[in-house]
Amino acid sequence: MALARFLARRVMFGFVLVFVVSSGALLLTRLAPGDVAGDLVGSGASLQAVARERARYGLDRPILEQYAGWLSRAARFDFGPSIMFGRPVGELVGQRAANTALLAAFALLLATLVGLPLGVVSGSRRGGLLTGAIRAASLVCLSLPPLVTSLVFVCIAARTGWLPIGGMTSIDASGTEWLAWLRDVAWHLPLPAVALALPIAAMLERLQSQAMGETLRQTFVLAALARGVPAGRLVWRDGLRASLRMVASIYGLVVGGLLSGSFVVEIVTSWPGLGRLMYDALRARDLYLVAGCATAGSVFLAVATVLSDLALAAIDPRVRAEEQG
Amino acid sequence: MTRAGLILLAIVMFAAAGAPLLTPHGPGDRFHNSVHAPPMPVHVRDGGGHWHWPFVYPVRLADRLESRYEEDRTRRVGLVWFSRGAIVAAADERSGPWLPLGADSFGRDVFARLLYGARLSLGVALVSVVGALLAGILAGGVAGYFGGALDEGLMRLAEFILVLPTVYAVLALRAVMPLVLSSTQVFGLMVGIFALVGWPYVARGVRGIVAVERGREYAEAARAAGAGHARILVRHLLPAAAGHLGTQATLLVPAFILAEATLSYVGLGFADPTPTWGTMLSEVASVSRLAQFPWMLAPAAGIFLVVLAVNLVVQGTGGLPVSTPGERASGNRVSRRIS
Repeated sequence: MALARFLARRVMFGFVLVFVVSSGALLLTRLAPGDVAGDLVGSGASLQAVARERARYGLDRPILEQYAGWLSRAARFDFGPSIMFGRPVGELVGQRAANTALLAAFALLLATLVGLPLGVVSGSRRGGLLTGAIRAASLVCLSLPPLVTSLVFVCIAARTGWLPIGGMTSIDASGTEWLAWLRDVAWHLPLPAVALALPIAAMLERLQSQAMGETLRQTFVLAALARGVPAGRLVWRDGLRASLRMVASIYGLVVGGLLSGSFVVEIVTSWPGLGRLMYDALRARDLYLVAGCATAGSVFLAVATVLSDLALAAIDPRVRAEEQG
Repeated sequence: MTRAGLILLAIVMFAAAGAPLLTPHGPGDRFHNSVHAPPMPVHVRDGGGHWHWPFVYPVRLADRLESRYEEDRTRRVGLVWFSRGAIVAAADERSGPWLPLGADSFGRDVFARLLYGARLSLGVALVSVVGALLAGILAGGVAGYFGGALDEGLMRLAEFILVLPTVYAVLALRAVMPLVLSSTQVFGLMVGIFALVGWPYVARGVRGIVAVERGREYAEAARAAGAGHARILVRHLLPAAAGHLGTQATLLVPAFILAEATLSYVGLGFADPTPTWGTMLSEVASVSRLAQFPWMLAPAAGIFLVVLAVNLVVQGTGGLPVSTPGERASGNRVSRRIS
């Protein structure tokens, strides 16, 4: 019961987040200087044509009226048309958001699979060559922002031809059956995903290492050792379980960083994701598209926060208990 | 580790401040016969295995269309101290300039641009950090000191900004401004945006510390002695947050450097003739150029060094910004040395 109430509150927060972010994006873009009419005037269109275009996208109406209209339609999952692409925003954003989700999820999985075990190892041993090596590697990776790594990786890929230099699929891959498509995507995925995952893996390693160190200093560990529990089992089962709480609590924040990083990686490696779309939309003042991208991004964030809270509640009984008071 | 990080930071700062002393070339100087010229490493041994005073081999343009260059191994150009305004320079540049890190698409010295670029990139970051600190101290101090609805409102706002992906927030705020601006306007705008995105990191901690400290006896004593709110807050409570401020300032510097680079890379920051690490990186946005002239990635190494230095400092002082008395002292030292 307490857990349900706890979750309900987090879900509410998610809804507020999505609402505020998408509304903010729409209003901000509307207030920005210049709109679609500017492009038309530039191409020598008549005044009537400009007025017609503006009316078509509701740009001639007062800002609040336009906003109210967008809001009531967005509540029914109709996010309006994209001015730049001439297609419904929902369709465009859905496809790109899926691409970003694929990249981000794979990077997060990679970072977790590499970072956590290394953190357990370096956190459970005092000193030693292995601990030092892990620590040094992690410090270097922590200092490699995705902007730097993706540029360097693309440079290496272009010079050696080991991996494709960008995009999500090869140009000639369209129209083939899905297994070939899957293989093609899997071939394009590692470069951007590793660039994105490196600093996150390092951060997880550092955090897990610290949490592990603190956990192993607690008295229950000493008691278990005294009872004859093997050290390996103590570290990898009991210690890991007790120390996961700290790392789990930051997963919600990691997703924010992941989205930030994926923007840069998408631009550098031409991954057709949300970041690229948002950037193009912002520059073109394509306000419904901006709002649509913002909605998708904030939905990612909201879902991630709720999932991370769920995981936290599953690991740590105290989170559930706290809510009862 | 902390010491290594601080030394590294000091080197970068010195390189930025002393740019005119380190290279005889200006960031805008164009060498028309050196477009895309490769780096010219310093040698101390020639092809025959003889040792010499450090020298470079001059580079000759072999094919202008393909930007192909040949090293002239028959001649050696020695390096000399204190020549043409720089600490170290090539003895003569009649056969072409000495370009330690090669040249870019306009025949400009990448090394010179890297040094001069560091000034703007670090400058934007440092000024933004000051802005974020001031705003964060004000918001956090007020929220922690007075509490109540004001506290609630400010902290909700801060938490909200913290949840947003930073790059997107910065991008959106920048993109809705006029797209073409002068360098000075871009500088001001970036500082404003970065401070706006950065203050919650500062405010949250300051609020927590002030809220605890205001209940302590010494604060009560100050109040009893008749000190006003502002005096208690500034003179008595805020010094307790110095360690937190130091840590946050250290962490925000690389974040802002990266934000500048990202904005300029995508064309929403500084524009080309202005040398910053971001504009330099934006020149290798095309993959073919990146593959052919990898030395133009030099600013990426600069970013890596700064972030590494900061991470060394932060890891050395104990990792996460937890406010213990010992930490506070060391964090304080860090902040004083850096700013």
